[in-house]
Amino acid sequence: MYKILKKEYLTQTVIRITVSAPLAARRAEPGQFVILRVCDDGERIPLTISDYDREKGTVSVIFSACGATTMKLAAKNEGDLISDFAGPLGKPTDTDGVKKVAVVAGGVGCAIAYPVAKKFKNLGCTVHTVIGFRTKDLVILCDEFKGVSDVFKLMSDDGTAGERGFVTAALENLILGGEKYDKIITIGPLPMMKFVCAIAQKYNIPSVASMNPIMIDGTGMCGGCRLTVGGKMCFACVDGPEFDGSLIDFDEAIARLSIYKDFENKKREETCNLLGGIKNG
Amino acid sequence: MADLTKRTEMALLDADIRKTSFDEVALGYTESEAIAEAKRCLNCKNHPCVGGCPVGINIPEFIAYVANGDFASAYEVLSESTSLPAVCGRVCPQESQCEKYCVRGIKGDAVAIGRLERFVADWNRKNNKNKVSKPLPNGHKVAVVGSGPSGLACASHLAKMGYDVTVYEALHIPGGVLSYGIPEFRLPKSIVKYEIDALCALGVKIETNVIIGKTVLIDELFSDFGYEAVFIGSGAGLPKFMKIPGESLKGVFSANEFLTRINLMGANRLSSDTPIFRPKKCVVVGGGNVAMDAARCAKRLGADVKIVYRRTKAELPARLEEVEHAEQEGIEFLLLTNPVMINGDENGFVRSIVCRKMKLGEPDASGRARPYEIENSDFSIDADAVIMALGTSPNPLIASTTYGLETEKFGGICTDEVGKTSKDNVFAGGDAVTGAATVILAMGAGKKAAAEIDRVLNSK
Repeated sequence: MYKILKKEYLTQTVIRITVSAPLAARRAEPGQFVILRVCDDGERIPLTISDYDREKGTVSVIFSACGATTMKLAAKNEGDLISDFAGPLGKPTDTDGVKKVAVVAGGVGCAIAYPVAKKFKNLGCTVHTVIGFRTKDLVILCDEFKGVSDVFKLMSDDGTAGERGFVTAALENLILGGEKYDKIITIGPLPMMKFVCAIAQKYNIPSVASMNPIMIDGTGMCGGCRLTVGGKMCFACVDGPEFDGSLIDFDEAIARLSIYKDFENKKREETCNLLGGIKNG
Repeated sequence: MADLTKRTEMALLDADIRKTSFDEVALGYTESEAIAEAKRCLNCKNHPCVGGCPVGINIPEFIAYVANGDFASAYEVLSESTSLPAVCGRVCPQESQCEKYCVRGIKGDAVAIGRLERFVADWNRKNNKNKVSKPLPNGHKVAVVGSGPSGLACASHLAKMGYDVTVYEALHIPGGVLSYGIPEFRLPKSIVKYEIDALCALGVKIETNVIIGKTVLIDELFSDFGYEAVFIGSGAGLPKFMKIPGESLKGVFSANEFLTRINLMGANRLSSDTPIFRPKKCVVVGGGNVAMDAARCAKRLGADVKIVYRRTKAELPARLEEVEHAEQEGIEFLLLTNPVMINGDENGFVRSIVCRKMKLGEPDASGRARPYEIENSDFSIDADAVIMALGTSPNPLIASTTYGLETEKFGGICTDEVGKTSKDNVFAGGDAVTGAATVILAMGAGKKAAAEIDRVLNSK
């Protein structure tokens, strides 16, 4: 069992928990993920590592309470135990040869993008970040991003936070303004990443997208997380989760993500009824 | 007088009940059935059966005790050589091992050694006869990577010699393929748990949620954790696909994924939060035991199931018993048939699978007849799910993060015959070395490596 040491609401439904997991913390790096299970009969879900403290033996993850499992996780409080917490899994973010990077993230994806941006900053890179949200109530980690960014752009779909518009437009403006990036790293909803990578390709800039497909074991055993990258089958858990954005078949990844939609809706409903008011924090 | 050329039948759960139930299919012998079967053993001089057993169980001796009704002594004989008798009695391919060499088998049926092994282990469990005496510690620490058959066998033999053994498991439940792969109806999970609990009672520690090669590296097990030797039994985890069009459609699964959702995650139960696709028409590709397991699981979820295999029934790698059980449950076999593509509907779900007829030619490298495609023989099968049971290859997580650990081209870790790898004090066995094989071969490798670890650490 693994103890939740800290629980913070970043928005009404986006939560950061810090879990005591000394073994997982030992070798954790930005870009990697953990697999957790909240309780018996619980699902194994992958969550990307948002922070870690090797000395204290803790790992933090940020999640949006939007499905049955994340809602059950959200119902846990500081001091409560969760059944399983295994990691780090996947490959860390590749920082080799990058001097200037654009980190483009959306929604809860920002939770994953922040440690990546921080890692580049700590390595002495020039870091530009563009983060986007639907509306101001969903904005997370704004100050943290500012702290590690040489240029920082906040976007919202409805204009209630930062500038109105999509992250893709802001990124394109930076590029048109003469910024030359060695790499663009994007983390967020699949359609957003697809368009960010398309812009990168348009301007011949290497891009990397962090993929988060359906997964069970996270060790390469089930093949459920398979993606087509450059015409080849890859497993996100062991070959990724980060892949060359110009090679990923995003449409296929988007389609595969919906396989259990009906089941997920039913379980969410059940969990809502079970947890009652907790669902809104 | 009973006909001694025939083996004593074992009762099975009714095939109609089986179609909807995950309860165990083979029900095991009663005491009188076991004694009757044991009396068929000729106790012949050369006992060739023992040579056919990868862990070298003294078969005539344990059977003689069963014939005399002394089941406790029979169990003691078993446990000298095997750490998982209740498992092996159920899932070993006895017909191609011990029973293959039984002298009774020359004229009639071989003695049902596997069924007797199972009976003795079950009797012991039901009568709670496990006498556990923790051996005196010898002061040496050994790490075992993976809690599947090879790791458990290695851990058990080391613990009995007094080693301080810790088993690291990547998943949240120990047992490896016994837990995530083999279904409840063939190997009840309560039995796996009982055997693992017995191991823990010997003093073996099991750490779940630790992925060696990621959470902790092999070298760190020596430098940071103080182990003197490491045994790698990480299995053959990576599923193979066919590389045909349509394999990314929704409804195409590796057998590993489909089975893991059911066996490890309990997705067939409504209380489970893990989703499972419940097919109406399911095609399983492959002819091994895993294909049979996947097909029979799909059947139990309510599907109409077809198995597609490119050779004939004679070449099916699955145990005959599993094939028969599948047939009894109404699973259809399409032999000399090979998929060429999978078609989807407008929402990206599987709609049908196109297959090609095959014919057999001369034997290939594996000694089996090579299948050839028959031109213009393509036909389509309606299906909403396709399960690929094509075998697995060794997991690369450890090899890719362990400097100096040599591997074969197919990914298996290189070892000598006693399990030594290219790295000092690192041993390996089971599917991680051989690629997908059987539970008992993995156990044999774990046992051999335990003896070698003992030899190496004691000669220091």
